[in-house]
Amino acid sequence: MTLVAFILWSILKVAVVTVMLLMGVAYTVLLERKMVGRIQNRWGPSRVGPYGLLQPLVDGAKSFLKEDMIPTAVYRPLYLLAPILALGCALLTIGVVPFGEPGIAPKGFDLFEISDTNIGLLVILAITSLGVYGVALAGWSSNNKFSLLGSLRASAQMISYELALGLSLVGVVLRAGSLNLRTIVEQQATLGVATWNIFGGFQILAFFIYLIAAFAETNRSPFDLPEAESELVAGYHTEYSSMKFAMFFMAEYGNMINVGCVATLLFLGGWTSPFGNLIEPPQNIIVHALMPIFWFVLKVFCFLCLYVWVRGTLPRFRYDQLMNFGWRILLPLAILNIVGTSLWLAFR
Amino acid sequence: MHLVLFFLFAGFCLAGAVNLLVQSHPINSALSLIVVMVSLAVLYLLLGAEFLAIAQIIVYAGAVMVLFTFVVMLLNDGREELTYGSHVARSVGFPAVVAIFAVIATVILRAEGLGYAHLGAGLNAAQGLGTAKDNSNLVVLSQVLFHELLLPFEVTSVLILIAILGAVALAHSEGAERTVEK
Repeated sequence: MTLVAFILWSILKVAVVTVMLLMGVAYTVLLERKMVGRIQNRWGPSRVGPYGLLQPLVDGAKSFLKEDMIPTAVYRPLYLLAPILALGCALLTIGVVPFGEPGIAPKGFDLFEISDTNIGLLVILAITSLGVYGVALAGWSSNNKFSLLGSLRASAQMISYELALGLSLVGVVLRAGSLNLRTIVEQQATLGVATWNIFGGFQILAFFIYLIAAFAETNRSPFDLPEAESELVAGYHTEYSSMKFAMFFMAEYGNMINVGCVATLLFLGGWTSPFGNLIEPPQNIIVHALMPIFWFVLKVFCFLCLYVWVRGTLPRFRYDQLMNFGWRILLPLAILNIVGTSLWLAFR
Repeated sequence: MHLVLFFLFAGFCLAGAVNLLVQSHPINSALSLIVVMVSLAVLYLLLGAEFLAIAQIIVYAGAVMVLFTFVVMLLNDGREELTYGSHVARSVGFPAVVAIFAVIATVILRAEGLGYAHLGAGLNAAQGLGTAKDNSNLVVLSQVLFHELLLPFEVTSVLILIAILGAVALAHSEGAERTVEK
């Protein structure tokens, strides 16, 4: 296809996927508030529309209308850049995530993925590495000792758990023999649930390491010390108000969704159904195209519910316990997983 | 198309590098260096080395530069002072850089057997140049790394381990000396 057609098609895909991701972020906030509310035996938002479903729209309007205060002594260029970096990195990952079957559209028009690269998994890890800058620069540019401490803690936590996160994914890559996300998913489809990497691929240890590292990476409970209200006021986003704070907020939930997407692709079989290739694909082309998306969204939704459930249930780690856990327990376990997977694959 | 992208990202790279020199606050220099690293990664991508590009971003822009940024943030020295020495450096340094660049460019352009780089060579999957997934960058690189270059690979990992141990030993002994002095 021509260059102009390729660019226009890509812009269209990016626009649609970004809008869907932002809606997803907004409703993830609502999911969290409702679910944490039910865990705490209260309703959560329920007044604004049926079952509180219009709450995110009202929250967005509130964020826009709040007064945007910028303290006098902040370092302005970086103060304004940091939320953009944070939100940008959170929204970029979805560009390499495949959420549907590849063969539906005519050749060249990849319908359910924005960009099919051979190094898709490494792109996700790279964007995660770049996400540290948003946090670090926000705290420093705020010219506030508590913000600086909060941001240093948060970024140290993020770079520590990035290691365990990356190493836990090596087992999956060893089994699939490729870093291409489509290949990894298609390889899990042969027998359905039995060949998902979490069960048939014996990557259950890697899955739990990934889960814990992902909680720490996204600064979510029980690893949310850098942004706990009783600790460092609000950590790195203390001095931010209105839309800039909302951007950090959206970045956090966007990262949650990204982590959920990566977990479903690598461990839970991606867009394939629990029956895999055992049953025939449906005849109707519309159903055939939409069923994989349904399975993908369902799995990501379950992952998000798990995130919120853990937030509502567990107390948070102290910072030294957190760093100790990341370096002395998770990292050796991840390395052991690689060794074990390599031995299993070598002797298979 | 590749030529346009090459000029664009080479422009970013050069602009970032010049900005690095010109800025007076070190944090701006650090961020300009990040721009340089990312632009270099895109240039590697244009040459068809996608694994190297992404490794550049993960290692350089995502780890090494984070370290630099932390150091600048923690030391928080403030803006650079313009002393007599820096004025001299600016008036002498700029012509010197131009001269050295001219020498290097002459040497490179006169070398035998240099064609122009085939931009986009080896890029597969995205541009429809065949589904050469088996010959991808990553596979060839890993085969060379784990067969012919296995000994250097293992020795390098031991070297990095020694460096880590050395850093820990240095930091530990400094702390111990301070408590002994009290």
